Amino acid sequence: MLRQLRTAVRTGIVTEACAPVGEIQRIGDRLASEIVRRFGRSLAIRQVDAGSCNGCELEITGLIGPHYDLERFGLHFVASPRHADCLLVTGPVTRNMAEALRRTWQATPDPKLVVAVGACGLDGGLFRGSYAVVGGVADVVPVDAVIPGCPPSPAALLAGLLEALGRRQR
Amino acid sequence: MTRLVYGVVVLLGVAAVGLGGHGMTGGGAALRLPSVLPLGGLALTLDPLGGLFLALIGFAAIPASIYAFGDAAGARRGRFAYAVFVTSMCVVPVAANTMTFLIAWELMSLASYFLVLHDRQSKESVSAAWVYAVMTHAGLACLLAGMLLLGADVGSPHFEDWRAAAPTLTSTTRNAAFLLLALGFAGKAGVVPLHVWLPLAHPAAPSHVSALMSGVMIKLGIYGLLRVSLDWLGIGPPWWGAALLIAGAASSLIGVLYALVEHDLKRLLAFHSIENVGIILLGIGSAALYRVAGFDALAVLGLIAALYHTVNHAMFKALLFLGAGAVVHATGTRNMEAMGGLIKRMPWTAACFLVGSAAIAALPPLNGFVSEWLTFLALFQNMRLEAIGQNLVFTLGIASLALTGGLAMACFVKAFGITFLALPRSDAAAHAHEASRPIRVAMVTLATACVVLGVGPTLVIPAFGSVASAVLRTAPDAIGGDWLTVRVSGQFASVSTAAIGVVLAGLFFAPLVALRLVGASRRTRAYETWGCGRIVQTPRMEYTATAFTNPFKRVFDFFYRPTKRLDIEFHPESRFFVERIEYENPTRSIFEDWLYRPALRLLHAGARAAGALQSGSANQYLAYILAALLLMLVLA
Amino acid sequence: MSIGIAVAVLQIAIVGLGAPLLVGTLRTLKARLVGRRGPSPWQPYADLRKLLAKEAVVSTTTSWVFRATPYALVATLLTTALIVPVMTVRPPLAFAGNIILLVYLFMLGTFFLALAGLDAGSAFGGMGSSREVAIAALAEPTVIVAVFALALRANSIDLGRIVERFGGEPWLAANPAHLLAFAALFIVMLAETGRLPVDNPATHLELTMIHEAMVLEYSGRYLALVEWASAMKLFVFMTLLANLFVPWGLAEPTGPTTALMGVLALAAKLAVLTTAVALLETAVAKLRLFRVPELLAGSFALAFLSLMAVFVVR
Repeated sequence: MLRQLRTAVRTGIVTEACAPVGEIQRIGDRLASEIVRRFGRSLAIRQVDAGSCNGCELEITGLIGPHYDLERFGLHFVASPRHADCLLVTGPVTRNMAEALRRTWQATPDPKLVVAVGACGLDGGLFRGSYAVVGGVADVVPVDAVIPGCPPSPAALLAGLLEALGRRQR
Repeated sequence: MTRLVYGVVVLLGVAAVGLGGHGMTGGGAALRLPSVLPLGGLALTLDPLGGLFLALIGFAAIPASIYAFGDAAGARRGRFAYAVFVTSMCVVPVAANTMTFLIAWELMSLASYFLVLHDRQSKESVSAAWVYAVMTHAGLACLLAGMLLLGADVGSPHFEDWRAAAPTLTSTTRNAAFLLLALGFAGKAGVVPLHVWLPLAHPAAPSHVSALMSGVMIKLGIYGLLRVSLDWLGIGPPWWGAALLIAGAASSLIGVLYALVEHDLKRLLAFHSIENVGIILLGIGSAALYRVAGFDALAVLGLIAALYHTVNHAMFKALLFLGAGAVVHATGTRNMEAMGGLIKRMPWTAACFLVGSAAIAALPPLNGFVSEWLTFLALFQNMRLEAIGQNLVFTLGIASLALTGGLAMACFVKAFGITFLALPRSDAAAHAHEASRPIRVAMVTLATACVVLGVGPTLVIPAFGSVASAVLRTAPDAIGGDWLTVRVSGQFASVSTAAIGVVLAGLFFAPLVALRLVGASRRTRAYETWGCGRIVQTPRMEYTATAFTNPFKRVFDFFYRPTKRLDIEFHPESRFFVERIEYENPTRSIFEDWLYRPALRLLHAGARAAGALQSGSANQYLAYILAALLLMLVLA
Repeated sequence: MSIGIAVAVLQIAIVGLGAPLLVGTLRTLKARLVGRRGPSPWQPYADLRKLLAKEAVVSTTTSWVFRATPYALVATLLTTALIVPVMTVRPPLAFAGNIILLVYLFMLGTFFLALAGLDAGSAFGGMGSSREVAIAALAEPTVIVAVFALALRANSIDLGRIVERFGGEPWLAANPAHLLAFAALFIVMLAETGRLPVDNPATHLELTMIHEAMVLEYSGRYLALVEWASAMKLFVFMTLLANLFVPWGLAEPTGPTTALMGVLALAAKLAVLTTAVALLETAVAKLRLFRVPELLAGSFALAFLSLMAVFVVR
């Protein structure tokens, strides 16, 4: 126990600064409205894997680590969509996951955002046109923004999320 | 005709309450009819303690009989046995000599035997009634022996003569009488290890009878224990109090542990009766020990705690049994695993059952909390005692009472949650109907009594105090206070459930107002339960009662000895496809395995050996006669 | 009388408004200890404010018990805020309550929360309820026995009086009964408020959840009330530990100076306790669920030893 504490103290804070501008593709105009202002200081994110290859998940996992640390901006991940404000959807929506995604979206209380991740989230990416895939996330639930990349790096994800919330990070 | 009988019982109950109240406030009465019965005749005396129990029986009989008005099918058979049952129970607390007491006691047992045998078709009922009959008559044998012994020693069968002669008894007589009488009364009260009849008999009887058996009949066992340890035999040695304390601690723990794993709703309630009897014994035991050490004021405190809990338990147990009866009637089953969602179909029953559950789990500001608080305080005061052995016994009592409180809360979360909440687990539960009006009236009466006894302890404690001080012949100095607060031992402790109740109610509604003022969103949307996006939600996905108690089964596996039974039916074509899986996790009772089965085996072996005497040969019988004659000639 | 009302309002304000700050500070400390910058200590306030503006999605399988539970939780915890000596030795409801009432008030909250967990009809809620009541039931003997040890020495179970009496003892910190009782109640605090090593408040795996599993169905204003109540429970428990075992700084409520001194003393003690909890949570891993009873049995042994120490010294 003491060894761990000593290592912690010696290592110190390793969080890196976030990029000043994020790249997102806005879909619709909800982002500019009051909903975004409401989530400026606190956003609960529920990540939904709608059939992804898990490449985006690996990058998203980096966000909770000490280097990227999304918690310093008031964002945090939650387990239940009832607790969530934003659904972070990865993957082309496969046919098997379409209904599950829809139910997750319905279970999230209003007002809510949907951010699709990666090329798959935009329009199916690598798997577009496959018999098992419905299309992009926008074909199943209304999407507010897409963070492009295959997969987008954690820095890009973080900057994109903050851009979607209309915040300039300090 | 049925209504007439039950109506008469209601009137009898009202009369009993009136008479009992009169007795409690000090107005005594006596009735002597010497020629009616042998050995002293019929003698009835009303004193404060008897008056309290008489009032309790009467007050509990009223809602139980009103329930019977609403339950036509269950109430018809056994209506006369019920009337005899209630009447004989009313006679027991006022009986003033051996014959009257024992005849009333036996009538009560016989009447309840017939009531337990209500459903003559079921093998379970018949065996339950048989076990009940055997245990109750074994208890009667002990009572008979003890009372006759005491009567022979004192020279009179009247209880007041025993009280007067108590200081002059030899210690052997006193201890022997205590042992015999305590065993007999403890068997009736359901103290561990003499409790095995309780979980069998109480579920088998119809619900209003179970309510009376659990709420009032076992209290007559407590009444007997109170008389024996504090009244008839004077001040006894410390081992009496210690034995009562240890028996109380064991009963409360064992009762609640076995209640936790029960899925039969009425059997769960029966085990909880054992637990509460244990709590009452903790109060009585502490009273006895304080009295021996000379702390009479603390003894009164312990006795008040025991009496308060007796009354409280009668109220909430009767309420719970009536609620369970309504549920069993509506769904046709006693098994909790087949219920669920009843709160939407039976809202009144659910609300009353919730009040009963909160009361028995000793949650403030209801009545269970007040009496457990008083019991805790009675136990805490053991710091005045110098003997370290006694301190340890008290600490054992405190620890077991604390654990019991927590486990009782867990058990009633299960009982209420699985029975009433979420989705119905069977068709019968999905089509349940609310209870009829008389049943609802009975339940609401008892629920109101629970609330009143909870927020108004300052109204009832003086009454219990006067009863306790009459029994122990001491003033209730240790407990006092004003209209709002109960104070114990001066600065040691104080509580005001009325204030807490008001504050809780106020703070419950305060957030509603505050949210309105702050401008919080009031929108609500109904949607299905979150199931990780799965497509359907069926009752099969809910938590079951067996699963709920899994942590307890693991922690307390010494008591449960759980066995796992897994039955898998494979598809005939391939072992990779499963058609049905059945999982059972039954528990066994260590008392049956370690105490009763060996005892029965010994009894059978002894009977077999003695059976050799009955050989059927005439020559052998003639030899017996000759031997007996020779023996008599030699001895005479 | 007016002092009593002022103290009551102040205590509710301190507990109600200070609880989110306590939880926020704990989260920030834990983040810093693992090398992250972490959220600001004021983050929970922003979270609660956002939740109040959201709609509440209520499951169709639930009943009025589900909707009443958040209010019941807040009611029980604010009532405990009036019974615990927060900044003076005369809390407003001292006549109405004592340590035993406190324990049972917490149980009242747990009772309703467990029922709400079962009400949703999902396996997660049932599992959370089952585990939560098991832990609450097993923690209770420890609390009562430790309380008994304290009451023996202070000759009262009234919280204010215990604090007063201990404040007058010079060698309190060296008293073995005192230290053992503190250790026992510290473990119980971790168990009852759902901190590591008993329960991980930040876990996302439903199979490892205890408290979180029961609140999975709550959203919007109901979730805000439940989260606030759980923060208040941590605050009240820590206040209890701090003021019972380190009683200096508390005095009779005679005016603004005593209140201010009490508040500052409380802040200092809570800061120390929060740091200790943050260090512990960072260093230990969550126990397997069926090892928690062993931990609670260990805490019971500590409480029992504390009691024996009191008897021996007497």
